This record gives sequence, C-alpha cells and structure tokens, in this order.
Amino acid sequence: MRLSDEQKRMYDGSRGPGVQKAMELLVALGKAFDAEEMIPVSRTHVALSGQEGDTYWCELLVNGGARAVVPPTTNPAWDTQTLTRHYDVTPGELDLALRTVDVYRRIGAVLTFCCTPELAGNVPTFGEHVAFSESSATPYVNSVLGARSNRESSVSALASAVTGITPLYGLHFRENRLGTFLVDVEAAPKEPYDWGLLGWYVGKRVGAQVPVFRFRNLQGRPSPEALLYLGAELNTSGAVPLYHILGVTPEAPDEAVAFGGHRPAGSLSVTDRNLEEQEAELSEKGGKINLVMLGCPHYSYAQLRELDRLLAGRTVSVPFWVLTSGDAMELARRSGELARIEASGARLVPDTCIDEPCWKSFEGGLGVTDSPKCMYYRERRGQPFVIRRLGECVEAAVKGEI
Amino acid sequence: MEYEEKRYRCRSIVKGSGEGEAIVSREAMCFYLCDPETGTVIEKNHPLQGRSIAGKVLVLQSGKGSSVVQVDGFYQLSVKETLPAAIVVRETEPVLVSSAVVVGEPMVDRVEADPFEIIRDGDWVRVDGEAQEILVRRPRV
Repeated sequence: MRLSDEQKRMYDGSRGPGVQKAMELLVALGKAFDAEEMIPVSRTHVALSGQEGDTYWCELLVNGGARAVVPPTTNPAWDTQTLTRHYDVTPGELDLALRTVDVYRRIGAVLTFCCTPELAGNVPTFGEHVAFSESSATPYVNSVLGARSNRESSVSALASAVTGITPLYGLHFRENRLGTFLVDVEAAPKEPYDWGLLGWYVGKRVGAQVPVFRFRNLQGRPSPEALLYLGAELNTSGAVPLYHILGVTPEAPDEAVAFGGHRPAGSLSVTDRNLEEQEAELSEKGGKINLVMLGCPHYSYAQLRELDRLLAGRTVSVPFWVLTSGDAMELARRSGELARIEASGARLVPDTCIDEPCWKSFEGGLGVTDSPKCMYYRERRGQPFVIRRLGECVEAAVKGEI
Repeated sequence: MEYEEKRYRCRSIVKGSGEGEAIVSREAMCFYLCDPETGTVIEKNHPLQGRSIAGKVLVLQSGKGSSVVQVDGFYQLSVKETLPAAIVVRETEPVLVSSAVVVGEPMVDRVEADPFEIIRDGDWVRVDGEAQEILVRRPRV
C-alpha cells in the first residue's frame, strides 16, 4: 500500500500510539482488500455499543493520545439518568455505560447517541467518501444519499475518525456500486413497517449482493423512514450496505445505469402474500405481553406524530417505550406530542438502544415491536417478540395482549 | 518420533507470530459465541462446538456476526488470555480483520496452498508473520 509521508508518520508511531493503533487497523484492512492507497473521509459515524470490547478500543486510542480529526457522531448506549429511575442494573453495568460516555467525550466525538445520524446531525451529500458504521445507517447513506461507505465496523469507523482516512476499496469505487440482483416488487408497501418486512425478506435471499428494486405498484415516493427501514432490515437479515430503487434512488434512474449495462446475476419477485408470510414466520404467535418497544432504528419526529395520532385519548396498560433521538424528542416536547403521548402512559427516551442491560427486567416475557431488527437482537437476550405494524402495537398496548 | 516439516508462504494481515496445535474450523466463526474463561466454542451446531481454541493455531474459513459483537468476542478472549496463538484465514472479511487488530491477534491469509488441505487438527503449526511463512510439523508415518 502506498502511504503518504504523513500517513507513514501516523503508522510508525510518530503521531503517538493511539493514532498508530488506528493506522494499523486501516492498513490491515486496506491490505486485506488490496487497497493501493488511503483516501480522506469527510464524515464518520461510530456504532458504539456500550460493550466492553468497543469501549476498550476507544480508551486505547484516546489514552494513546488520539483525538478525532473528523469528529464522529455516535450510536446510542442507554440514558442512565432516566432509565435507572425505572429499572435495576448492576454497578458494573452502570459503570460501563458511564465509562463509554466519558471516553467518547474525551476522544472528541459528537455525542448524538442516535442511530439515525443520516436523517439529522450527520448527513453526507452525493459522492462524499465517508466511514459510517451502524447497520441501518450504512445502506441509507450509500443508497439514498449516494455517499460512499464500506460496511464499517464500529472500530474501523473510529480509526477513520482519528486519522481522517479510509482505505480505498469496495464501495468507494463506482464499478462496485452497480446493481447485481433484480428484485421485482408486486407488493405495495405503505408504512415503514411494510418496507422493513420487504427488507428482511430480500436480505435473507440476496446475501451480500447489490439488489435493485423495481416496483410495480408504488404509491407515491417512499418516505425517508420507509427507506431507512428497508435498509436496516436488508443489512440485518443479509449483508447489504447498498441497494437501489429504480426511479427513486440517485444511482438508479433506469436499469441500464443501475446495472451498468450488465445482466443481473439473479432475480426475485415479491408479493404482498410473501410479506404476510414473512411476518408470520418472524413473529411470535401472541398472548399476554409485558412490553411494547418501538424505535429500532430510532423513531423520527414524523413517526412520533403518527404515534400521537394513533394513541389519541387512549391509555396503555403495559410498559410502552419509544426510543428516539434527542432532537426529535425536543421537537415533540415543543410541539405538544410528547405531553400527549406521555399522558397515555407511553414514554419516550433518547440516547438509548434496545440491546442494553437496562431492559433485562422484561426478559422472559413477551414483547411487541414494529421492528424485525429489534426482535432479532432481543431474542438473543431471552425476550421473544410479536411483530406488528404500529397501529396494532398501539392496540396491543391498550389491551395488554395480542 | 520422527517428524516431517513443510513451509508455506502466506500473507500477514495482522502482524505478529504464534505457534501451537492446529484446530481447523471449516465454518465461519463468531467469537462472541466462545466461553472467554476456557476459549470453548459454545455456538450450537458449530463444527467446533465444545472444543477450545485457546492457545492453538486456528485455521478458519471466515468471520461472521455483527461488527460490535465480533469485536467484543475477541476482547473478552483477550482479557482471559484464551485467544488462539494465531489465526490462518481462508476467506478474509473486514470485521474479522478489525477485531483481530483491536486485540493484536496475529492473522495471516493467502496461504500458497489451501490451508484446509495442508493443515490437519493436531498438527503443530508455527505462524511467522514477519517472514510471512507457515511451518507445519506432524509425525512422519
């Protein structure tokens, strides 16, 4: 790999052991994928988790003198101030959460604690080279915004944040961004929920290809939330950091451009029936519930408005948590939705992920969510979920069962 | 006992060297699904389920699992000193590379012959990252 003089100084330790460690990671990645050089990145997003390994890496860099030169926005861990008033955690779990916040502050991160930076706070433009981790964010910035990011891990994105560079390979090249797989969609997805089911269905079948969606029955333009849910689930059930939608996303005005003149390596068609079957396959059957959990990925302000409309004047009978971004929550506070939602018994919390120790008191019970991704990660921790669209989640919350 | 020794060229991805008994995983691994205390693979239905990778030279098909989870898996093994002595990878994957760098786990790939053909469970293997070479030793039959 060719390194510039300054990159060589970072690599040989002249810029301190933290930067050296970050460079070792980037050089290793570059070599592994035959990158010939590094390129600058203009934005980074780090999918911190509040897990020990990830926090250790940030401590290693910052204690070795590294500071963010391209300050990364950060994923959520959990809101310790709010959630310790409701739920028990061990001193060790609380300490790890506080350590995580402290170490990312010291490295110079932008502490957004939000998993949807691409909607607000860290929005790349077309063609921008970036390093975005977070399985829902990477496909959005690539597919919807036309920025260029590989499927970064939290640690490689942080390495780019402290060095300002990433190895030039993979999705940074136009030819690797061409569609390879055609998805003909007969189904007519409406809510973000339907788009999520579509993403899960297709992701499981395309693996690591670049799917190109051709919709037969699209009703108007998909919302940002719809596109976000599509990518989140594509990149959970499969490894899909980039997709295209003909006539909608910027690198797919038509089939010739989307596939670069090549024939797709495979194709697939999707009907409403397929999506109904997908829901039935993913979801638990139903019964008494102990939790409704929304916001994986974080609910946007538009989704909070929709929730407010559906909850209007009703009272929920089980714990009902909506995970959202700090700015969407503030907008809802100012505009009145927050007070009405909380009057129904539901609660909003910022800065928080579904996969954190603060939620363990619900484990063993049955939850309801509108997110297959939420179901997938919580199941590993012993909480099964029924998956339903938002309106049905609200009904379940009122009745306490589904 | 007499031994036969063979040397193979490889490529160093994460610098460092290590040696030990070989353990071969023909399937990808998520290191989060290893018991950090013993290095034992606990993933259900994995070919290495119930066997420890600690201190051995792991010959591995590839990595799998979400980015953060894989990193934490390597980290927990590192803290308990139950990581493999070195890893020989067949199909390189970015999150696996990232995770190995974080804990300084020696890793090589692009062995000049298929590692599944030249290394068997129980062989003694030395992975030399500096020389970009693997030495495989087994009793002569």
